[in-house]
Amino acid sequence: MIIANDTQPMFRKPLLETPFHARARELSQIDSYIPWAGYTTVDVFTTVEQEYFAIRNATTLYDLTPMVKYRIAGPDAERYLNRLVTRDVRKLKPGRVAYCVWCNDDGRVVSDGTLFRLAETEFRLCAGERHLDWLLDSAIGFDVSVEEVTETIAALSLQGPTSYAVLKNFGMGGIETLKPFGLRVVEVDGIQLTISRTGFTGDLGYELWMDPAHALAVWDRLMAAGKTRGIRAIGSQALNIARIEAGFIMPEIDFVSAEHTIRVARDRSPFELGLDWLVDFESGHFTGRRALLAEKSAGPRCRLVGLDIEGNKPAHNALVYTNRKGNREIGAVTSAIWSPTCKRNLALALIDAPHFTLGASVWVEIYLNRELKWERRMSEARVVEKPFFAPDRRKITPPAER
Amino acid sequence: MAQNFDNIVIGGGHNGLICAAYLARSGRKVLVLEAADRLGGTAATRQFAPGYRASCAHLLHLMPRALIEELNLAQHGLALAASSMPTTALSLVGKPLRLDAIGPGSIADHSSADAASYPAFRARLARFAAALQPIMAGKAPRLGSDGWSDRLALLGMGWRVRKLGRADMRELLRILGMNIYDLLEDQFESPLLKGALGFDAVLGSNFGPRSPGTVLTWIYRLAAEAGAGDTGLAQPVGGMGALADAVAKAAEAAGATIRTGAKVDRILIENDRASGVRLVSGEVIAAGSVISNADPRSTFLKLLGAEYLDTGFVRRVQHMRARGLVAKLHLALDDLPDFTGVDKAALGGRLLIAPTLDYLERAYNPSKYREFSESPALEITLPTVNDPGLAPPGKHVLSAIIQYAPYTLDAGWDTGRDALAERAIATIERYAPGLRSVISARELLSPVDIEREFNLTGGHWHHAELAFDQFMMVRPVPGAAQYQTPVAGLYLCGAGCHPGGGVMGSAGRNAARQVLKQAA
Repeated sequence: MIIANDTQPMFRKPLLETPFHARARELSQIDSYIPWAGYTTVDVFTTVEQEYFAIRNATTLYDLTPMVKYRIAGPDAERYLNRLVTRDVRKLKPGRVAYCVWCNDDGRVVSDGTLFRLAETEFRLCAGERHLDWLLDSAIGFDVSVEEVTETIAALSLQGPTSYAVLKNFGMGGIETLKPFGLRVVEVDGIQLTISRTGFTGDLGYELWMDPAHALAVWDRLMAAGKTRGIRAIGSQALNIARIEAGFIMPEIDFVSAEHTIRVARDRSPFELGLDWLVDFESGHFTGRRALLAEKSAGPRCRLVGLDIEGNKPAHNALVYTNRKGNREIGAVTSAIWSPTCKRNLALALIDAPHFTLGASVWVEIYLNRELKWERRMSEARVVEKPFFAPDRRKITPPAER
Repeated sequence: MAQNFDNIVIGGGHNGLICAAYLARSGRKVLVLEAADRLGGTAATRQFAPGYRASCAHLLHLMPRALIEELNLAQHGLALAASSMPTTALSLVGKPLRLDAIGPGSIADHSSADAASYPAFRARLARFAAALQPIMAGKAPRLGSDGWSDRLALLGMGWRVRKLGRADMRELLRILGMNIYDLLEDQFESPLLKGALGFDAVLGSNFGPRSPGTVLTWIYRLAAEAGAGDTGLAQPVGGMGALADAVAKAAEAAGATIRTGAKVDRILIENDRASGVRLVSGEVIAAGSVISNADPRSTFLKLLGAEYLDTGFVRRVQHMRARGLVAKLHLALDDLPDFTGVDKAALGGRLLIAPTLDYLERAYNPSKYREFSESPALEITLPTVNDPGLAPPGKHVLSAIIQYAPYTLDAGWDTGRDALAERAIATIERYAPGLRSVISARELLSPVDIEREFNLTGGHWHHAELAFDQFMMVRPVPGAAQYQTPVAGLYLCGAGCHPGGGVMGSAGRNAARQVLKQAA
């Protein structure tokens, strides 16, 4: 149920505000907001560069509330999820989190998300988009309840090398033993929080899940605890740079949900997205399994890979060719950045077989706007390993207290 | 695990038995498991009162002659008590109307114009039916397939329609999506004739005569009848159950094993392949493949389980329309009732109560609001006229299909059962005064009773509504329309498959052919 406001009809105020909105508005210097899943969220607070460097050098606070959250519970919850996603959910223990994708009957990705096992028979699935219809249809024949709980849980992402130190200051004892993809419930001065060592930056970081009633108190306390650790609120643009460096994909940017595509072959399989490691054929039946087995033996038609491109101009929306002349098109860039940390011109690109092998050389066509005069530049690129940036600190337990 | 079988057929209805017979004749080691203590499913002949027997499906007119001959059913005990049975449309305002498939019958008593145009109209429909009939004898072609058999089947369909000639093809395409009400209003003037013809177009379906697609359902019925040869409406000696018994004998003669009282609890899966079944008793029986004569929803959601299927497929199975709209009335009679104006010979045929198209449409209306018809449309037979053995000496049985009786009844079928029986009897009595005085026992099977009695989800005699959106290559649902299912080694052979239900048997015969294409 979505209620914008008791007094405001939805057509007057089409976007919701998150429980952190009051603080976001105070800190926003340039009024740069974007809609995300029905909420007003900050795109940039101050400058993208400032915010990005805080992710890699200090600690950042990012409002994650619009992330779509589903509560999945009941005696068949494990069986239901094991049939839904391509991974083996039976191996996911309570207190653990797993990144996963789920597919339609043709083995094409409906969406991706993180699955939190809160208890033996209770899970939370977080995704970038709404897919309640698919989740409910998948529940036919299972004793399980599926409900959207997006609005009942406020969420913050605390990411960066000093994030552990901030949490310690915050008063969260014992958090040093929390491993990557671990999850636990903690209580700080009467405020109950669920904390997971997860994130979208590929760096050391945590996500905090709470009752919206405590949202502002938690925000204020984190800001106070992080004052000497360079804490900073960030918007989506800075996060986007970090997520590309980390090699994470975004729905509707790097792939379109199979439930949304209309044209033939615009949907993607996990193999095409380079997510082979998420597909466990030994996990029992899951939706799309038979189609994926067939695809696996035939080999993917295309693949989402990392590109390291010459020069320093990000290859936004660039087409990819086999040679400099550009007479044979083999794909397109889906996400592109100049990586400030790697000092490399990086991109995620969907490339046709057989040109996606590691080390292959391809050419990208970059359009440059020189004071409204458009120029075309063909730049050579190599297919390289992802993630582009993966510091050890993201994994070390206990984390360093910087 | 006592024995290993090549194929297990779940359900000993006529389609299951026919499928088993064909498989056994091809050398497969086949086991048929029937939950009930008798064979035949909805075409079984049951005792509904001491000494009185009736069959839920009460007429044989759709089964291909080729099938009956291939399985030597005559040699295995199938004999007809009657064939080419006449149809009589009953009327309260004038003479009843006798209908023949080809000739004008007694239409001239009602309208000379109709009598003149009827033969040409029927002849044209017969040509349409003949063009569509071959579709039923094989698997439905897959759309968007690269397979040659699919392409040839589609080309063949197109070619047969084209071969009708310009005028007929145009007419077929004009009327195919129409409703039967408009077509008959265009064609005829006698309300009784229109009511009788309209009745056959909606019989057994969730449609009124004004529902779109009812011309298609009618032509489809005519196409199946065309395949059945010239026996017309027929009644086997010993009731419809005798047909199942003959098929069972044919199957057993070919080496099939048939067990009754063996209810399947689960279809077993090993390495993503059907590997056998577990019975309610706990007994496990292994087999190379499993063929289900159960309705698609039971097969996939109860016997197999959603966890072995993909979400999109399960959604289609769940959304498949399969709610029965037909109830069945059986009356034990001390004497033959006297239908006003109907001669004795006609009582051995079928009697219709659908005096006008509006009567039919009005009978349909309440079903949309989960109520049964106050004045139902009825197809009545008196099987004992042709086959006295179905009742004690000198006594009779009346068997009537009641339309419309929705599966979901607001009042509930516990109270609805008696109320509908009363309505139906009162309706018949208007045409046969004194009927009530000769009734000694009665049974009404609501769609809910049919569901329970025959393990038939929704109680629909076609297992899945026979309509444009559940037709041929999308019947019962895309992904299971060629008797094969998404699960290797699991097949369907029931009425939910192409070409549908009625006691036709083509689904079982076609399914056997698909099973035989795969290794045992």
